[in-house]
Amino acid sequence: MKILVPVKRVVDANVKVRVAADQSGIDLSNVKMAMNPFCEIAVEEAVRLKEKGVADEVIAVTVGSEKCQEQLRTAMALGADRSIWVEADDDIEPLAIAKLLKALVEKESPDLVILGKQSIDGDNNQVGQMLGALCNMPQGTFAFNLKIENGRAIVSREVDGGEQVVSLSLPAIVTTDLRLNEPRYAKLPDIMKAKKKPLESLIPADLGVSVTKSLKVLNVREPEGRKAGVIVNSAEELLDKLRNEAKVIQ
Amino acid sequence: MSVLVIAEHDNHTLGAQTANVISAAAQIDSDIHVLVAGQNCRAVAEQIMAYEGVTRVLVADNHAYCNQLPEVISLLVMEIAGDHAAILSAASASGKNLMPRIAALLDVAQISDIISVESADTFVRPIYAGNALATVQSSDSVKIITVRTSAFESVAQNDSQAEIVDLDSIISQDLSEFVGESLSTTERPELNSASVVISGGRGLGSAENFQILENIADKLGAAIGASRAAVDAGYVGNELQVGQTGKIVAPNLYIAVGISGAIQHLAGMKDSKVIVAINNDPEAPIFQVADYGLVADLFEALPELETLL
Repeated sequence: MKILVPVKRVVDANVKVRVAADQSGIDLSNVKMAMNPFCEIAVEEAVRLKEKGVADEVIAVTVGSEKCQEQLRTAMALGADRSIWVEADDDIEPLAIAKLLKALVEKESPDLVILGKQSIDGDNNQVGQMLGALCNMPQGTFAFNLKIENGRAIVSREVDGGEQVVSLSLPAIVTTDLRLNEPRYAKLPDIMKAKKKPLESLIPADLGVSVTKSLKVLNVREPEGRKAGVIVNSAEELLDKLRNEAKVIQ
Repeated sequence: MSVLVIAEHDNHTLGAQTANVISAAAQIDSDIHVLVAGQNCRAVAEQIMAYEGVTRVLVADNHAYCNQLPEVISLLVMEIAGDHAAILSAASASGKNLMPRIAALLDVAQISDIISVESADTFVRPIYAGNALATVQSSDSVKIITVRTSAFESVAQNDSQAEIVDLDSIISQDLSEFVGESLSTTERPELNSASVVISGGRGLGSAENFQILENIADKLGAAIGASRAAVDAGYVGNELQVGQTGKIVAPNLYIAVGISGAIQHLAGMKDSKVIVAINNDPEAPIFQVADYGLVADLFEALPELETLL
């Protein structure tokens, strides 16, 4: 079984982002970048399937500027066998990413594509599902458990009221939620080894995809902040404020 | 040109969030159609008929749609998509699962999680866990939108009666199969639409201690939520998680108990009207967003609150 794992380079989850002064976007100068946390979970799941003997090859993919290759090296240090970088602007839209991934799916014929459910920058939560539709593949989104049984993917999903299980024919799309696994840290020898693993570079034209945009960001601004309120001294005072000042309870 | 809303339902009852999506849709166009796809779901269609602005309820009632799998519902929506200027759903687990498939099939972008409609083609949406708000304009002929329902009032009901139109087409697929689900049953209001939410964090210390929250929730008619830390510690199920990767809520009153206030949690509740924080650490970041803070041991403060209520 071959597994394709698309990953994304994003602002490190611990960084407090700043809106650019001209409101054109987020100020990313001198900000620490990392692999999107949900993508780390996707890589981990694919590598575990390989370690269990279910999969025999894990291919990491990213779409973005040259620096995104760092995240492919990270994915290979974590256990991916090889990787593919498709050069594009970092603000490429989810549908265009899905089209590029579709072309890679046709080229590589994976049995499974495992992606993070969303990236923590754009918070779009779209690419996996879009890829599923474009490839006419079934999807198990927001997965917290994944099993491969009798040539099908059995995916347990987080849904609003609880949990749902779906059975998918292969090839299939799986998008990861937090509980799926706890990603490992890359060990130094593996980081060194990853430098020697193959990294293929492509441009959208190689894949026959023309990248277009249909969304225009007019401005990006900071939300109105909340101000700290008052500290009350007792449960009694708290209830008095809620009843008589805020009037939110009877 | 009309707009289409995908109804959220379990074949019997309309999900409360749909009324908020209709209200967002009404800001794009006054002619609103609502799709109910399911099995034996006629009762849901009848619940929608009286919502203000809804002129037509499209009902696709067939075994094929019973579990509303996105592989099949997306193809069903394709059959009627051409008649609409926008297609909207809640940014719920099912909406997030379905809508990008529709967008890809239509070859258009999706605008996720909108919190405001500026005009028929311009919307505001949070990015970076709500640390920034982006105003985006779409040049697509049909807008595919998921709505953060906590940002929109629910639409009112009136005497109007929308017409019910049956969709006869049956779409089948064998890519995916529904195996089962386990949904938590609760007498409490839905977390997404409750007017009062009381949430617990790691400070509660155990699953058993969540019982203390339940007693207060009973008295306030509140929904119960939790921080990711409490979910990760196994105190409660993930469906109670409030935060960037859980549910986004904006009740009239949000009570955070034993929650420190990580950015990821604040992203899920900072638009609440009134925020109360109870925590024994006066430096906890949650106090920076709380209207009322009580620095106290929650095991003393909560029983006292319960008695006083």
